[in-house]
Amino acid sequence: MTENTKLIHGRTGPWEIVMGLEIHAQVASKAKLFSGAAVGFGAGPNEQVSLVDAGFPGMLPVLNKFCVEQAVRTGLGLNAQINRRSQFDRKNYFYPDLPTGYQISQLYHPIVGEGVVEVEAEDGAFFNVGIERLHLEQDAGKLIHDLSPTESYVDLNRAGTALMEIVSRPDIRSPEEAVAYVKKIRTILIYLGTCDGDMEKGNLRADVNVSVCREGQYAKYKATGDFSHLGTRCEIKNVNSFRFISQAINYEARRQIEILEDGGKVIQETRLYDPTAGETRSMRSKEEAMDYRYFPDPDLLPLEIEQAWIDEIKANLPELPDAKRRRLMADYGLSQYDAVVLISEQAKADYFEAAAKGRDAKLVANWVTNELSARLAANDLDFDQSPVPAAHVAQLVELIETNVISSKIAKEVFDHVWNGEGSPAEVVEKHGLKQVTDTGAIEKAVDEIIAANPDKAAAVAEKPQAIGWFVGQVMKATGGKANPAAVNDILKAKLGL
Amino acid sequence: MSDLTKLTLKAALDGLKARDFSSEEITRAFVANIDAANPRLNAYVVQTTDKALEMARASDARLAKGEGGPLEGAPLGIKDLFCTDGVQTTAGSNMLRGFVPPYESTVTSNLWADGAVMLGKLNMDEFAMGSSNETSAFGPVVNPWKSSASNADLTPGGSSGGSASAVAGDLCLAATASDTGGSIRQPAAFTGTVGMKPTYGRASRFGMVAFASSLDQAGPIAKTVEDAAILLRSMCSFDPKDSTSLDVEAPDWTQSLGKGAKGLRIGIPKEYVVDGMPAEQMDLWEKGKAWLRDAGAEIVDISLPHTRYALPAYYIIAPAEASSNLARYDGMRFGHRADKASSLTDLYETSRAEGFGKEVQRRLTIGAYVLSAGFYDAYYVRALKVRRRIAMDFDAVWDKVDAILTPSTPSAAFAIGDKQVDPLQMYLNDIFTVTANLAGLPGISVPAGLDKGGLPLGLQVIGKALDEATVFQVADVLEQSAGFTARPEKWW
Repeated sequence: MTENTKLIHGRTGPWEIVMGLEIHAQVASKAKLFSGAAVGFGAGPNEQVSLVDAGFPGMLPVLNKFCVEQAVRTGLGLNAQINRRSQFDRKNYFYPDLPTGYQISQLYHPIVGEGVVEVEAEDGAFFNVGIERLHLEQDAGKLIHDLSPTESYVDLNRAGTALMEIVSRPDIRSPEEAVAYVKKIRTILIYLGTCDGDMEKGNLRADVNVSVCREGQYAKYKATGDFSHLGTRCEIKNVNSFRFISQAINYEARRQIEILEDGGKVIQETRLYDPTAGETRSMRSKEEAMDYRYFPDPDLLPLEIEQAWIDEIKANLPELPDAKRRRLMADYGLSQYDAVVLISEQAKADYFEAAAKGRDAKLVANWVTNELSARLAANDLDFDQSPVPAAHVAQLVELIETNVISSKIAKEVFDHVWNGEGSPAEVVEKHGLKQVTDTGAIEKAVDEIIAANPDKAAAVAEKPQAIGWFVGQVMKATGGKANPAAVNDILKAKLGL
Repeated sequence: MSDLTKLTLKAALDGLKARDFSSEEITRAFVANIDAANPRLNAYVVQTTDKALEMARASDARLAKGEGGPLEGAPLGIKDLFCTDGVQTTAGSNMLRGFVPPYESTVTSNLWADGAVMLGKLNMDEFAMGSSNETSAFGPVVNPWKSSASNADLTPGGSSGGSASAVAGDLCLAATASDTGGSIRQPAAFTGTVGMKPTYGRASRFGMVAFASSLDQAGPIAKTVEDAAILLRSMCSFDPKDSTSLDVEAPDWTQSLGKGAKGLRIGIPKEYVVDGMPAEQMDLWEKGKAWLRDAGAEIVDISLPHTRYALPAYYIIAPAEASSNLARYDGMRFGHRADKASSLTDLYETSRAEGFGKEVQRRLTIGAYVLSAGFYDAYYVRALKVRRRIAMDFDAVWDKVDAILTPSTPSAAFAIGDKQVDPLQMYLNDIFTVTANLAGLPGISVPAGLDKGGLPLGLQVIGKALDEATVFQVADVLEQSAGFTARPEKWW
């Protein structure tokens, strides 16, 4: 990505955007962070609430070890420092979706410290985003305002669910980079199995901190670590789709630039993105910011983790996207582009590998990323739900490789296979789609066509590209099954080209 | 038959086991006492007579078969801080008036599993914040003891004042209590009873209405050291539902009794002398030393240099935790909710202003203040450092001494209303007891003498973490040597 694409040109000159993201990822876990109550989507209101979640007198939190394991796994996946000693703190504020009056979080000593994530930009270049920390915290419940004109209802199903908050350094420089970063984190989490990444259900959402500065100021910040080179930031809360992230940043950056170019000052505040209006709106300013009175939760002891446990989790990590990308390129000779497309989903990469063994990997990659991907998407299916098993794609490619069918016929074969008519070999047999490589049969067809069209045959001598018409006729005559290379060779010989 | 309600827990358990009397009989005797006394002493906020009789009959059935747990058939009183399934639990607050938990605290579950009978719920300072039981929304508890100098009603101390009065007034065999800064030991000292706060983490806090989580600890108030040892063992257990619970066995502490003090080294901290402490309290401390020396102990002068910072640190840490722990009382899901409110914020403010009493509001305000931005380091963090120093003070003397002897309180019981004007005067009641909470150590108050008005005075023994055994051993020597047999004269 060139520097220019990161600049926004205002009336008074170019500006740079600087962003840091806080990603809230719901921990994939059957139970909540401290209560043992079930976690799940689609339960009736307040059906997944324990007395601990509802903040009843005398109820105490007990840490869910599996959630800790998931956080450690995620930290390792982000190449981050795992803190063997961390501590839970209370963030105090009153709201009806927060039954205890405090959220248990980790302000002072998070479970995961600094890390780094390598992100592919749209143009195929890579950039690094520093991870400042990852901490565990409880989610709040949900308020429902639209059931009654006069009352609001509280659903505590989500209250106490474990979240990982992943805080990045201000290393993100454009809306595209922000989206690419969130996609990358999402992919890593899904590979790790620590978050399902479902943004529609709110299981992954981001707070975006946006500031703008004059061209060159970011470089000064990078060189010195001095934040005063950067502009005042605004935090856009809870953006829950890639599209909205991009839109919100674009709007917010323009808004800040306009303020600055009009001689004003950006106020540090929390803002909300309204996708309908396409704008961000002030939620509360720094002056109105609540005093959360953080202090260590006295109901919970400091969390101490054995190195051996961390090592065990590390030893059992799955292959992560970056390693897989490098391996696919090295082992299968794939282009970076193909590798990046394949690793975007673990199941897609697995499917590819299952189909590519001993076959032309590039050809397999094309079938997987184009034809099959499109069919699955059109039918709202994932790769692990594909009606066409990987062995069938492998066989299809084998049939192409061995000249049994042409690439063109292969599409037709694939249609039949998709429709459940059997393996590619069976389909070819059943529908008689085998390619004609018998030169005698092709010569016969060529001779007949030349004989029937002497004027066209004569014209080819002057206009060699007109041979295409003859190819088409031969293919038609052979039902598309003639080997195109053989047809070409014979035509050229017979037409004296 | 002699008055069953005057029996010690130990004697009652023996009598029940021997079938000298039934659980139903002794339960009925206590119910009669409570019915007669409660209008004056106000020790119980809820009587569970039907439940008590039902439990007693079930105990009798077990006893008849030669079965039964360590507390089988023993009628006990339960501080209203412990949540009891199906029985109103208020922690002495209007905020929780009418609140009936659908769950049982671990401590009380343990008691019922051991065969105990519940007589009812005992009055207490609101949310355990107080040293005189005057902050209770149900009115003050009255001490069964009266001074010879005046007929004024005295406080039983607090916050476990209901527990202390009920035990002293023969309204139960023994009672559960809780101690955050002295709330077991000070009322025990004021009522001539024995009060034991075990090591932090011995008894589960699950189902105990929280005041200050890092300090709260359940323990018994009983008539004798032996009774306290018996009841404490049943109360304690490792509880996976409390992350601060200790995974240790509760031994039979009655085995520590009757062993004398031979070979024990008893520390006397010079910092536990305060201005204005009555001469008889100082004399009693001297007597305590002499008794222990006579029983074979070596008396060692020690210094716990940070003692004078303990009370200020306590009155930062406890309110800070309380300000957060009590945030759940917001009028949303249970407890008091204001009838009229113009907005969400107004609903919070009005519900809490109406539901909480003045002392609770004072401490919540202090707590919110010391945790707020800009003050957190100056108050809360510094208080935690003091707390650490106090723990280190104790750690430093444990290679020289096996237990520490101090007075339990600076004075005997005072009259209701006497210290309401100045909260700081009230807070000074905790001066000898808060250190054990801050350091998480076991401490016991044993009645050891009377002041010039004939009111009981207590001596406190503090021990090493998890060394309740030595604390009981020393307390037993004091109890035996003091020969404290005085009982309040019945006036109610």
